[in-house]
Amino acid sequence: MDFRFDIIIEYLPLFLKGTLMTIGISLAAIVIGSILGLVIGLGRMSHRTYFSWPTAAYINFFRGTPLLVQVYLVHFAVIPVFLGRTDVITAAIAALSLNSAAYTAEIYRAGIQSVDKGQREASYSLGMTHFQAMRHVVLPQAIKRMIPAFGNEFIVLIKDSSLVSVIAAPELMYWGKVMVTQYARFWEPYVTAAVIYFILTYSLNKLLAYIERKM
Amino acid sequence: MNPMIRVRGLSKSYGSHTVLHQVDVDIMPQEVVVVIGPSGSGKSTFLRCLNLLEKPEHGEIWVENVQLLDKRTDIPKIRAEMGMVFQQFNLFPHMKVVDNITLAPIRVLGKSPEQARGKALELLGKVGLEAKANAYPTSLSGGQAQRVAIARALAMEPKIMLFDEPTSALDPEMVGEVLAVMKTLAQEGMTMVVVTHEMGFAREVGDRILFMDEGRIVEQGKPDELFGAPQHERTRSFLSKVLSH
Repeated sequence: MDFRFDIIIEYLPLFLKGTLMTIGISLAAIVIGSILGLVIGLGRMSHRTYFSWPTAAYINFFRGTPLLVQVYLVHFAVIPVFLGRTDVITAAIAALSLNSAAYTAEIYRAGIQSVDKGQREASYSLGMTHFQAMRHVVLPQAIKRMIPAFGNEFIVLIKDSSLVSVIAAPELMYWGKVMVTQYARFWEPYVTAAVIYFILTYSLNKLLAYIERKM
Repeated sequence: MNPMIRVRGLSKSYGSHTVLHQVDVDIMPQEVVVVIGPSGSGKSTFLRCLNLLEKPEHGEIWVENVQLLDKRTDIPKIRAEMGMVFQQFNLFPHMKVVDNITLAPIRVLGKSPEQARGKALELLGKVGLEAKANAYPTSLSGGQAQRVAIARALAMEPKIMLFDEPTSALDPEMVGEVLAVMKTLAQEGMTMVVVTHEMGFAREVGDRILFMDEGRIVEQGKPDELFGAPQHERTRSFLSKVLSH
């Protein structure tokens, strides 16, 4: 079997562009998904059914349906309703954020519930409000426990971002597919994409391990 | 003199299991009320209702002139005036001892950090732990942790202190140091409600003993009366069990 490094070199600028797009889409989805996930996670824990029921439905929907279906739905159905036209990058970020929020919501919930309820009671007994108890006592302890789960979620998100190539978002996997179409070769494009994804997730893994040690 | 806390018709149940039946109590300023009774008698639930860590279903709780179960009552403000000490200490493990004590005075009372720190060090001195100001709670023994928890509650300058089995999680040799701090507080005139199994403490420090069983106050009186001449069969049977060893 011959392996053509020359076409990889030729495509390198496009792979680099795609990698930056993958990083950009993933970062945006991580930030938006984590913030949205906190809101949904807090809603899910609420004793008020008008908060807990819709948030539970949200989590069940996004965890119970394929991300691929969600990507198509957001791109062809949801985004046009809001923008009046399609927009691949907006759709890619929106779909990944909405999906990730369902998973991070559960991470927040598990982390917060892992903090002994005596911590909250002690805070309340000192006159703190629910918000103050969360802010100063519960979340600082919970976040530390959430880091491994968040790291895992971010790595999954980077890998899952390859799915938005189906709506032609110009990220890493997309350029791999373009290369396949041009040369009708499979080893070079997909191995290159795989290596780059691996470098991204492996670096993130190391970064998170470092942060976890520091905390 | 008006009671510090007035409880009327307090009832609570978990599903079909009733834990408090129509409890009526008045707690007077500077009074030390000790609540005793078998496990599951509702004494901890009663105490936790006083600052609404448990929500009663029926009844009224007045703290000075404020009705706690009124929806308009500012509950955090009332709780800020009532210290509570827990069986499991519940110190904040991510903060140094001194920060455990200053957190609420700074965030709730709006004290300056310097002011709060000064008060915290003074209170640590009072419980004999000034050397532990910069330690983390995990490095403390149970007795030390509970004394820090008492200092943390006192830092809010409460009008009343609630103690929920404060020595039950301690190794026997550490019970004394915690009871000594509580005794000092009582002598200084702090209003206290103490749920405990320490009958010696109840007898020596208590102004009044409440004996609870099956969610009711079966009998109450001065320590000498209640321990010396209990009126009810259930009180006698409980006391004979706990005092015999």
